[in-house]
Amino acid sequence: MDAGFFVQQMIFGLTLGCFYGLLAIGYTMVYGVLRLINFAHGDLLMVSAYIAYFAIVIFYIPWPVGFGISLVLTALLGILIDRGAYRPLRRSPKISALITAIGISFLLENLAVVIIGGRPKTFPTPPLFEGVISFAGLSIPRLSIWVMFVTIVLLMMLLWILRYTRIGMAMRALSRDVETVRLMGVDADRVIAFTFALGSALAAAGGILWCMKYPALEPFMGVIPGLKAFVAAVLGGIGNVMGAALGGLILGVGEILIVAIWPDWSGYRDATAFSILIIILLTRPTGIMGEDLPD
Amino acid sequence: MGRILFAIMALLIAAAPAIAADPIVLGAYLSMTGNVAAYGGMGWDGITIAKKMEPEVLGRPVEVKLVDTKSDKVESANAVSRLIEKEKVVAIIGEMISGNTLAGADHAERRKVPMVSPTATNPLVTQGRKYIFRVCFIDTEQGDVGAKLATEQFKAKTAALIYDIQQDYSVGLATFFKREFTKAGGKIVSETRFKSGDRDFTPQLSSIQALNPDIIYAPIYYTETALLAKQAREMGLKAPILAGDGVQAPELIELGGPAVEGIYFTTHFHRDMVDNPRGKKWLELFKQEYGKEADAFTAMGADAYFIVLDAIKRAGSTDPQKIRDALVETKDFEGVSGKITMKPNGDPIKAMVLNKVQDGKFAFVRTIPPQQ
Repeated sequence: MDAGFFVQQMIFGLTLGCFYGLLAIGYTMVYGVLRLINFAHGDLLMVSAYIAYFAIVIFYIPWPVGFGISLVLTALLGILIDRGAYRPLRRSPKISALITAIGISFLLENLAVVIIGGRPKTFPTPPLFEGVISFAGLSIPRLSIWVMFVTIVLLMMLLWILRYTRIGMAMRALSRDVETVRLMGVDADRVIAFTFALGSALAAAGGILWCMKYPALEPFMGVIPGLKAFVAAVLGGIGNVMGAALGGLILGVGEILIVAIWPDWSGYRDATAFSILIIILLTRPTGIMGEDLPD
Repeated sequence: MGRILFAIMALLIAAAPAIAADPIVLGAYLSMTGNVAAYGGMGWDGITIAKKMEPEVLGRPVEVKLVDTKSDKVESANAVSRLIEKEKVVAIIGEMISGNTLAGADHAERRKVPMVSPTATNPLVTQGRKYIFRVCFIDTEQGDVGAKLATEQFKAKTAALIYDIQQDYSVGLATFFKREFTKAGGKIVSETRFKSGDRDFTPQLSSIQALNPDIIYAPIYYTETALLAKQAREMGLKAPILAGDGVQAPELIELGGPAVEGIYFTTHFHRDMVDNPRGKKWLELFKQEYGKEADAFTAMGADAYFIVLDAIKRAGSTDPQKIRDALVETKDFEGVSGKITMKPNGDPIKAMVLNKVQDGKFAFVRTIPPQQ
């Protein structure tokens, strides 16, 4: 195999990995503060894609504004889900919240089926994101560069928020001990709502980029990316933001390379991805960058 | 107010005997949502128009109960059970795709209720089952025709196969194509797979690109075909793509845009080939109702409905067993998609159609007469 082929596959893999990473961060942040696997997270990707679609196609809003609206509305939806579905269950057993999360996921999917219908729609990709850059025998989709750029910028912003802002500090504190943080006079519910907003906005960014890369919008489009992102979050060490991003990249690159190098194995793409997960968890039960969080 | 209500009710009761001869209930289980929602939607449109054309049989109105299978095999099996146990249907139409029909078929077979699938082309669907029928050709024939097209029309010596391991249709058709293509002296240089719901085919396509085949045979469904073609053209892979009947949904063109131009595919129907009065009337009604032209899956849905009604008429009864016996006897039935003669095993003798995507539309290329 020549180097060009390998580099080309790495570009495809990193692109896919960035999508998984963006989604995985949302899983990991919510898990960090609430110890809750928010199964509705993947469906936020679908919601954001539809919002952007309707803004641009039905309401003729210019795309930058449409994307902005999608980000904001999806973030608000994240807060709403927390307020309506999870907050009433804060003191219930963890399993109740988990089942509620699955319920919210079904609710969002089926609402989309009822309101929009099940047949797939295409996405009006702005010309800025279309096309391919040919360079030294490689063909790099312009969108791949955007995806990587957006992921890096958002990750940096997130790390900055977590590290240098008061609310970020509160989030980190919450992931250690909710009760003590409450006693220190921090409004825990407000911090949790902010966490949801942030995670949902990242999912929205991922969703908009996703449907430009794979322009087939349908109500169940978030299920598989959601599942993969969850795997990525666990792989990287759930609760750890850098870990989630890293887990996403490993999973994305792994999936692509396996198929590209051993085409005969292409049917085992997911099996191989999940085997990687099992092996890593066997050797490092808390994931690559995970640490033992108090329960 | 009360008086008006009373008057309306009295009117309704008076009118009731005129409309309410006991309806004959048919069941339909179709993928209205999920990965192959377009098929179910189109099939249902076709059935709806067919029902408008022939709303009653044996002097009784026909009612069709629809259950959504969510494009899922488990839901399909449940749907058939529900139609039989709860809705007490006398015959069933569905599913549009092979995998889901296979999942539902055993339930109908066990309870001895006849089932007609509009477009499940996998040979296994009717095999060893007495109550399962279809109005479409089967994939052994489709694979054979595909291989002939590849070698004769495209002069292909090498081919790459890509298919969906989660769909019986896709795996079956790929196997039959491979067998016939190899028999005709061609060589399959690459065989790659994916799973329904996958959206990224770049690694599969890269490995195909490296081998530079004369043609790509992709017996997969429309969403995947559109994304696959888009990604292939984006990376500069120019080999022609040949597909099966699974791509004939408007979504292929909507999602794929210019990337799907020039895709050839074998299928059931093109409106330009309709030549009998039933078909013409149905086409006209369809256009009136939906303001667009009918496509293959709508026509096949309609034919499944027409053929069931014809069987009920000939049986002179709504007993599922008698309907089944009449279905087997179907001979030279003039359906929307052409003449249908049922073989004893439940498969029809049907002509095939070659279409291609041209200028953002499905264009008729030619009809391929039935094999036997």
